[in-house]
Amino acid sequence: MREQRLLGLNGDEAAAYAIKQVNPDVVAAYPITPQTIIVERFSEYVADGLVDTEFVAVESEHSAMSCCIGAAAAGARAFTATAANGLALMWEMLYIAASLRLPIVMAVVNRALSAPINIHNDHSDSMGARDSGWIQIYCENSQEVYDACVEAWRIGEHLDVQLPVMVCLDGFTLSHTMENVQTLSDEAVREFVGERPYIKVQGHLGEAEFRLDPENPLTMGPLDLYDFYFEHKMHQVEAMEKALKAMPQVDEEYAELSGRGYQLLHPYEMEDAEVALIGLGSTMGTVRYVVDRLRRRGVKAGMMKMRVFRPFPAEQLIELLKDVEVVGVLDKAMSFGAPGGPLYEELRTIFYDAGRQPLIVDYVYGLGGRDTPPRLIEEAFEGLMEAKRRGEVVERLNFLGVRW
Amino acid sequence: MSAAITLKEAVKWPDLLASGHRLCAGCAEPIIARLVLKVRRGATMATTATGCLEVATTIFPYSAWRIPWIHTAFENAAATASGIEAAWRAMRRRGRGPLAKYEILDVIAFAGDGGTYDIGLQALSGALERGHDFTYVLVDNEAYMNTGIQRSGGTPYCAWTTTSPAGTVIPGKREWKKPIDEIVIAHEIPYVATVSPAYPLDVMRKARSAFEVEGPAFLHALAPCCRGWRFPPSKTIEVAKLAVETCFFPLWECRVEDGRPLYKLSPPSLAIAKRPERKKPVEEYLRVQGRFRHLFRPKRREDLIDNIQRWVDRRWGMLLEKAGL
Repeated sequence: MREQRLLGLNGDEAAAYAIKQVNPDVVAAYPITPQTIIVERFSEYVADGLVDTEFVAVESEHSAMSCCIGAAAAGARAFTATAANGLALMWEMLYIAASLRLPIVMAVVNRALSAPINIHNDHSDSMGARDSGWIQIYCENSQEVYDACVEAWRIGEHLDVQLPVMVCLDGFTLSHTMENVQTLSDEAVREFVGERPYIKVQGHLGEAEFRLDPENPLTMGPLDLYDFYFEHKMHQVEAMEKALKAMPQVDEEYAELSGRGYQLLHPYEMEDAEVALIGLGSTMGTVRYVVDRLRRRGVKAGMMKMRVFRPFPAEQLIELLKDVEVVGVLDKAMSFGAPGGPLYEELRTIFYDAGRQPLIVDYVYGLGGRDTPPRLIEEAFEGLMEAKRRGEVVERLNFLGVRW
Repeated sequence: MSAAITLKEAVKWPDLLASGHRLCAGCAEPIIARLVLKVRRGATMATTATGCLEVATTIFPYSAWRIPWIHTAFENAAATASGIEAAWRAMRRRGRGPLAKYEILDVIAFAGDGGTYDIGLQALSGALERGHDFTYVLVDNEAYMNTGIQRSGGTPYCAWTTTSPAGTVIPGKREWKKPIDEIVIAHEIPYVATVSPAYPLDVMRKARSAFEVEGPAFLHALAPCCRGWRFPPSKTIEVAKLAVETCFFPLWECRVEDGRPLYKLSPPSLAIAKRPERKKPVEEYLRVQGRFRHLFRPKRREDLIDNIQRWVDRRWGMLLEKAGL
């Protein structure tokens, strides 16, 4: 394990600091609350000569992602950061980045989508992008943000993967909250990320590295109709499956370096748990606290933190949750008109034919940054215990902490 | 490659957009693209906005491009080019990465009028303001031809399109062609020029100038479209020439020096400036195109033809003033 330095960083600063250490070729970004600290800090690193990155202060998020795509296609490492409406404006380009198999890294500082306009945290932005073909890592604290912003490059650029990676951190709760963060040295980070590798492909003029290369020209992003498009989509399906295997590999290496390994899922007090909450992001810190409290009262409560939502670690989830009696899902986004939030739907789906299955209840919470104190988490656990007593779920879709 | 650009030499230079693509017979776009690419200085990369040039040259697994080429979306050719240029610039500065070895990289963005005047204007403006070293080639066929001839900000007054049809009440497009060149020049970029496929040497010389200047360069190419303008495919060059001869689309270049735009008329338009009697009435240009047919049949719309002539005269007069003539 390498020597580390403890720094006081908020989530945005942790992202910017990690990216400074990675020193990517191109950063293209546009300011939006609560992501602004990332671009501000990074601009300072550029201005002070601490990185030699080409910083492109674009005129919109659509251009930020387009610029990253152009840069990554030309063989560069490219980074951007955004939130909420900025991510929405990028929508078209998210799919294009993923479909062109460009390992761009993006910090998404989760914020509620308009309207009404709201700058605070929920997951409606990145959950809406869950089908875009990006890997999604959700962070609980600034330490995880830092670590994910280092690891993301190796994951996305893994030769079996070649996909862009979103590092999601909760707006304000993480982005603007100072925490202790253990950081590696610049050298250790640069050694870990190394140089970007390129896969070999068969182009129309022969074999070539998959990048815009004047000596071995490739055509990227051609018109692709019913005779090939579907096969190209299958490559993306396969890449996501392979990412499930690649991520723990990268993580093991990172754990050796830093002493911090994350894997895809973080079970807490799950060995004998009868009721458990599953969710993503900073709220899981509150859930852990409540689990401890309940355990002291003799309740067999547990928590399953999902660090990685895309690819969805279905097999692991089934294995870890199948013996729990009641699972509550914490969804910080709503899919309007759907049976429940995005995590709930996917979790129920994987258990449909799993043989053993827990009762599953959905708790949509925290929309627009609505505070989620321990009391609300306890309320959710009480609901789970009630379902356990009855042996059935009364209300599948519940909304926590709303006047309704 | 020889420094002097002559037609005799140019025919020997490779075509970097191969034949066999699926653009229509009589399309001006591949003519312009081939001419521009002929005078690249060395390593070259291109991005193309969604449109005819993109879809018809790249149906997977085929491609007509002999240079590295990328299409990402419609409204972002300039932003995509920014990224390519930024990647090269970063690698050059660091002296590492696959593009570090290229002292020169010609980055070209091709986009149509829809992708430039309309949906791509923001990305274009941003890239120009940031000063990326790239060449933006506007292939202006004056409507959304790829989707079936819908009007754009680049469509001229009175032109018929499928969304500005010539009806019994409204005679085609009611608005004037957006002055895109002035908008671009207002960004104070080092080089802006208009080109026409009817004058290939002029296209190549200007494209070379565009590559050579440091910072953004903008080439505005008029690209007559036989399908959308309604003329026979054999008449593309004739129509392109008439646009210049009537001063509907004059040829000039503009360099910004010490913050001042310096306009210079190119030979075909300079000849008209010197001998104004050579300026043909715009009617000659309108008459050969079916998209203006309603100006002549069933009855002649003198008022509308006059409006167009006055627009041409006014803009030509302004251009002469700017060129100090």
